[in-house]
Amino acid sequence: MTMTSAVDLSAMARPTGRAARFGWALADAWTMTRRELAHWARQPVQLVVGLAFPVLMLVMFAYFIGGGMHVAGGGDYKEFLFPGMLALTMAFGLEATMVSLTADLNKGVVDRFRAMPMSRSAVLVGRCAADMIESLVSLLILLGAGLLMGWRWHGGFGAGVAAIGLLLLLRFAMLWMGIYLGMAAGKPELVQTVQILVWPIGFLSNAFTSTDTMPAWLGAIAEWNPMSATATAVRDLFNNPGWDSDAWASDHAGLLAVAWPLVLVAVFFPLAVRRYQRLSG
Amino acid sequence: MTDRDHAIVVEGLRKNYGTHRALDGLDLTVPRGTVRGVLGPNGAGKTTCIRALATLLRPDGGRAEVAGFDVLRQPNEVRYRIGLLGQHAAVDEELSGRQNLEMFGRLYHLGARRAGQRADELLEQFGLADTGRKAIKQYSGGMRRRLDLAAGLIMRPQVLFLDEPTTGLDPRGRREVWNAVRTLVGDGTTVLLTTQYLEEADQLADRISVIDHGRAIADGTADELKSAIGGDRIDVVLHRADELAAAASVVGMAARADGVETDADSLRVSAPVVDRVAALTETVRALAAAGIEARDIALRRPTLDEVFLHLTGARPQEPGAVDEGPPPGKAAGPKAGQGSQGTSGREATV
Repeated sequence: MTMTSAVDLSAMARPTGRAARFGWALADAWTMTRRELAHWARQPVQLVVGLAFPVLMLVMFAYFIGGGMHVAGGGDYKEFLFPGMLALTMAFGLEATMVSLTADLNKGVVDRFRAMPMSRSAVLVGRCAADMIESLVSLLILLGAGLLMGWRWHGGFGAGVAAIGLLLLLRFAMLWMGIYLGMAAGKPELVQTVQILVWPIGFLSNAFTSTDTMPAWLGAIAEWNPMSATATAVRDLFNNPGWDSDAWASDHAGLLAVAWPLVLVAVFFPLAVRRYQRLSG
Repeated sequence: MTDRDHAIVVEGLRKNYGTHRALDGLDLTVPRGTVRGVLGPNGAGKTTCIRALATLLRPDGGRAEVAGFDVLRQPNEVRYRIGLLGQHAAVDEELSGRQNLEMFGRLYHLGARRAGQRADELLEQFGLADTGRKAIKQYSGGMRRRLDLAAGLIMRPQVLFLDEPTTGLDPRGRREVWNAVRTLVGDGTTVLLTTQYLEEADQLADRISVIDHGRAIADGTADELKSAIGGDRIDVVLHRADELAAAASVVGMAARADGVETDADSLRVSAPVVDRVAALTETVRALAAAGIEARDIALRRPTLDEVFLHLTGARPQEPGAVDEGPPPGKAAGPKAGQGSQGTSGREATV
């Protein structure tokens, strides 16, 4: 029972200078990312269910409902649906982030993190990195499932990579939105309410059907939904069938698919960091 | 600047939650290298105090310094000097004990290899070596707290905060944690320990501060506090209610005690005693002489309820009634009569 090997905490090495501090912050964030990865390793069933859910949705919409759907310009509904499903999966990442962050913040371990001389941003950045890794894996699985179901991309390789980049960008924006909303909601019970609201917002888009089929005012909202912008841009990049729409939003889907997420990040990233620093203050 | 002999200095600390005053001008001074017990009922402000000192919440007013650094202005310097054992285990329940310790070691930038070594050392030290790879979820309450404690000691903190470290533990778990805390105290770490258990403070603390409604209402060694609330008591249970008054005066004379309490419901007469044996024999004799038949006579230690009732219930409604002069024996205490809002003058019966 000796304490000889304990180093005095106040004598702990500290980063000096901006570069070193940044390096330490990255190291701390990576430690927090590893923590999430370790959670997955210990809870593989949860991970698998989480990854399988979007595939299930894809199958449901393609085969249960897809038979009755017709793409206006002619073309395969599955090919139309698939980019929408990718965008929807990224958007629904919002709730996944919210749920895991809220659950995390209600655990005692965050108290220890906050009472330690570690990077203030590490918990959030670690969450971000872990969720992005999960999203990338989820995207790759969905692409595999899509290929099996007969979806093809007809664009070039570069365009395909760009499409995946746009999808991850949307996920990144949803992530910081989710982190902020999760902290704002605070309790897991409140998160459920937000979770329910995510659904109509997800469906109020062009993921499943043309916005022309909706009442005009709803169609306009759906047209401007950030998710629609990403879905349309991804359809263009994959060269999958879409609807010819003369709405400004769909003509400039590529621009909006970049601008929307950046605006969301610009708003929610600072809000989230501030909120975390003031937590339970 | 701070008195360098003090690890913790709290002056007039305030924290409100809405209209509830969790801390209402709390004062607390803890010399370096000592163990201070903070005793108080639920909602007294113990946890709020610890959280403010551990930089987890911002106080609304007052001042707090830990290891010479202001918790509001230099929170990060404070974080380089503290360890924390929260009321709920501040570890990752999903991960194993070893994974937790290694993670915290990495966050202290020990490096991957050293973090792993340190984790193994601590698991060994806290008797968790053979369960180190199990998820914390599967740990018993006592094991969880020990791991929590280990996590706070990956590096040696100057000040260690223990917030109700044994609440909810069975006696065995409690003893495990106590033993772990005792092994730490030797090396000069200052410990601030909150508890609801008088015995726990008694076992671990050099001095005890009693807080209630967010302020310190008493301060002293365990012995000082005990004698201040009357030490041992004698209980006499009667057969007949109409003998209560007579019995009270007999017991009061026999035990040479002021502040005899009577309870008509349980037909009980209770009085503080100084000399246990003399009080008991004298009471038995005097009751017999007075022709009062007792159903039961017993000597006992004051209960925790009585400590709180005494200290919190006797809190003067009017300011100034606090220090009526130290009771006998108090002068030996290091802070006696020093305006420490001590237990002096609280002997009046509730």
